[in-house]
Amino acid sequence: MPDPARARPQPTPETQHFWDGTRQSELRLQRCDACGRIYFPPRPFCPACASRSVTVFVASGKAVLYSYVIHHRPVPGFTQPYAIAVVELAEGPRMMTNIVECPQTPEALQLDMKLEVVFEKLDEEITLPLFRPARVDPS
Amino acid sequence: MKPGDIAIVGAAETTKLGVIPDMSQIQLHADAALNAMADAGLKPVDIDGVATAVETPQQIAHYLGITPSWVDGTSVGGCSFMIHVQHAAAAIASGLCRTVLITHGESGRSRVGAPPRSVPPSSLAGQFEQPFGPLGPPSLFPIPVLRYMKTYGVTHEQLAMVSVVQREWAAKNPRATFRTPVTVKDVLNSRMIAYPLRLLQCCLVTDGGGALILTAGERAADFPRKPVYVLGTGESVETPMVSQMEDFTSSRAFRVAGPTAFRSAGITHADVDHLMIYDAFAHLPLYGLEDLGFVPRGEAGRFIEARNTAPGGKLPLNTNGGGLSYMHSGMYGMYALQESVRQMRGIAPAQIEGAKISVCHGVGGMFAASGTVVFGNQRP
Repeated sequence: MPDPARARPQPTPETQHFWDGTRQSELRLQRCDACGRIYFPPRPFCPACASRSVTVFVASGKAVLYSYVIHHRPVPGFTQPYAIAVVELAEGPRMMTNIVECPQTPEALQLDMKLEVVFEKLDEEITLPLFRPARVDPS
Repeated sequence: MKPGDIAIVGAAETTKLGVIPDMSQIQLHADAALNAMADAGLKPVDIDGVATAVETPQQIAHYLGITPSWVDGTSVGGCSFMIHVQHAAAAIASGLCRTVLITHGESGRSRVGAPPRSVPPSSLAGQFEQPFGPLGPPSLFPIPVLRYMKTYGVTHEQLAMVSVVQREWAAKNPRATFRTPVTVKDVLNSRMIAYPLRLLQCCLVTDGGGALILTAGERAADFPRKPVYVLGTGESVETPMVSQMEDFTSSRAFRVAGPTAFRSAGITHADVDHLMIYDAFAHLPLYGLEDLGFVPRGEAGRFIEARNTAPGGKLPLNTNGGGLSYMHSGMYGMYALQESVRQMRGIAPAQIEGAKISVCHGVGGMFAASGTVVFGNQRP
């Protein structure tokens, strides 16, 4: 469980669906009904074509490690050193996150490694989407 | 607005740089502004335009006793002052005002009279970056670096050379904070801050300020100092969240601001004698060299390693020592502009002999914004 001392997001009307989703173990993205663009972070219109007709959908939760730093300075809610990562979702958008269930070292954190989302509850309202190395697919 | 229509007729930094606990942030603005007005031989009554960042134009105008007919409070981070130059030049050229004062002051180290730094938890960055543990620019600005290094095969040693070369420039500058030479080994043995960047690859945190005074090029000869002409300018913004940059190996804001400045100045890369690229962290000069087109994609690491930007090299870069060794109060753009002006006046501590054109390129936020100014010391 993430340390409750970490910075807590404060949802707005435009992002509430995302945080409602993580609480239900769903990673929700938005797709433009007009041009098909899938985008993040949330907003009630398409940043590519300005259409207000957009649909919230549940993403696969699959991603690859796109880039990161391993932070060595003290921050409330974290034990340094810890990686601050950006992952590229299978659907296209990138998001900042932390990588869990993995040593926080350059050797263990290889760019382009496969990841999958896990949901970690911060408090009753906020659940954070974090990522761990993908489990081997049995198929 | 044509190249040379606008000139810098006053330029100065604060009397002291470094640790200045006996001055509040607004007094750092004023100290630099008073020095720049003395440099130009002007009084507050002669100024009718004010531009500044973080502090508001009304604070600066009131504190200094100026009655402006034009103000600009563009505050997009450390390149705000490059962007002020473009806005001021356009304002003077269109007759909105005649003489503009641009000020910067920042109690970055002592934090005397400085507003607190915080990210609202309801902002997009507050919701989608802050919960994952960033703590200011040293944790966020290097986020794209590993992707850049992997894409182009850039080595840790090449990234370390940025700091080594800039320290060589700083050694020539009596006002530089750090002047002792360092080696690649020293850089790679310095304390880890946010892998892959170590302490010597991160900017200083100091107190200081700077100010510029601009007026029409046709009036410039009436001032006491050798005029420095604005030949071209460019600006852009991309995103307040580094995680949402379109391309982790390149800044879209750089790719708009830089080429726009070159086009408006009517210059090519071969015309550039002196270059400043805002170096909050060691990877910034690499992105800048590539995005401004001085070297092909992925070549900047090798270019710096081969000492092309070092003293005696063909493209002198960050000749004051840069944010890594000279000073960095938080919004370093003003100090890069001051060094370009010194080089064009011919009075820089590490003066490039015969330099006629200087390009000054800034970044704001974490690749959030950019501004570029091309200076010349002859009116085209």
